[in-house]
Amino acid sequence: MSTTFWIIIAGAVATYLTRVGGHLVISRFENIHPRVKAGLNAVPAAVLTTLVAPELLNAGPAEWAALVVTAAVSLRGGLMSMFLAGAAVLILARQFAA
Amino acid sequence: MATDVISESGGRSDFWQGVRLSMPVVVASAPFAVLFGALAVDNGFSVLEAFMMSALVYGGASQMVGIQLFGQHVAPWLIVLSIFAVNFRHVLYSAGIGRRIAHWPVIQQALGYFILTDPQFAVAEARAASGQTVGFAWYLGLGLPVYVFWVTESALGAVFGKLIPDTHALGIDFLLPIYFLGLVMGFRKRPLWLPVVVASACASIVAYKTVGSPWHVSIGAIAGVLLAVILPPHHSGVETRP
Repeated sequence: MSTTFWIIIAGAVATYLTRVGGHLVISRFENIHPRVKAGLNAVPAAVLTTLVAPELLNAGPAEWAALVVTAAVSLRGGLMSMFLAGAAVLILARQFAA
Repeated sequence: MATDVISESGGRSDFWQGVRLSMPVVVASAPFAVLFGALAVDNGFSVLEAFMMSALVYGGASQMVGIQLFGQHVAPWLIVLSIFAVNFRHVLYSAGIGRRIAHWPVIQQALGYFILTDPQFAVAEARAASGQTVGFAWYLGLGLPVYVFWVTESALGAVFGKLIPDTHALGIDFLLPIYFLGLVMGFRKRPLWLPVVVASACASIVAYKTVGSPWHVSIGAIAGVLLAVILPPHHSGVETRP
C-alpha cells in the first residue's frame, strides 16, 4: 500500500478519535477545569487563524481586496455568501491586476 | 418486534425531517467538496485517493490542510498530526453531544460520532436545546445526505479538476485562505475571539518566518489557546464553579 493510503487511514483514525474522544474523556470526569474549557473554546479560532495569517505575507492587492471583502461580508452574511463574494473579488481583481 | 414497527414508522418521518434540515448544508458544502477534489489531484492525489479521504476522514478543513501539506512534501506523520490538530475542535462537539445521544445503542453512537461535523453538531444541539429528543433516525437523516453528497462531489471535483486550465486566473490557489477566513469570522461572537485571533496570527507569522511550515500551524494555535487558558476564565465566558 502507498504512503498516501496510510496517510489517509491514519488521518481518518486521528479524526475519529477527536470525534469520539471528547465524549470518552468527559464521561469519566464530573467537572472540567474552567481554564481547560476556556482553552478548548479558543481552539477553532486559534487553529483556523494560523491557516490564513501567513498567506498575508505573500498577498498582493487582489488577495488583500478579496480578504477585506470576505471579512466585511461575514459581518452580515453566512459562510457561503462571504466565500462567494471573496472569490468573485479575487477572480475579478486578478483579471485586471495581473 | 411490534415496538420495532411502531418506532420504525415514527423513525421514518423523523429521518425525512432530518433530511429536510440537511439541505442547506448540502448546498453550502458542495463547492468545497468539488474544490477539495480538484486541489487533491492538483497536489498529487489520485481520484481514488481523493474519494477515500473524503469518505474516511470526512472533515473539510482538515482534508484541505492535509492535501496542501501533502503537495509541499511534508513528512507523513506531520500531515496526520496537522489533520488531528485541525480536527481537534471536534473533541468539544463530542463532549457536548454525548449526553444527547447516550440513550442510543453503542453501534449507533459509534456511527453518530463518525458524522459529527460542525453543522451536524450545531443543528443537533439546537434540537436538544428546544427540548426535543435527538433520535438516531433524525440524526442520520441530517447527516447522511451531507456525507453522500460530500463524497460524490469530491470524486467529481477530482475528475473535473484536471480540466480546469488556469488555476491562478480562477483564483483556486487562494480560495482556501478565503474559506478559512470565513470560518474564523464565523466564530467571532465567542468571548476572547479577537485576542485569540491576534495572538495566533502573530505567533503563526513569526513561526512561519523562523521555524517554517507546517509548524507555524501548531505554534500559532498553541499561542491562541494558551492565551485563553492563562487569562482568568471569566474572560472566556466560562463560569467558575464554587
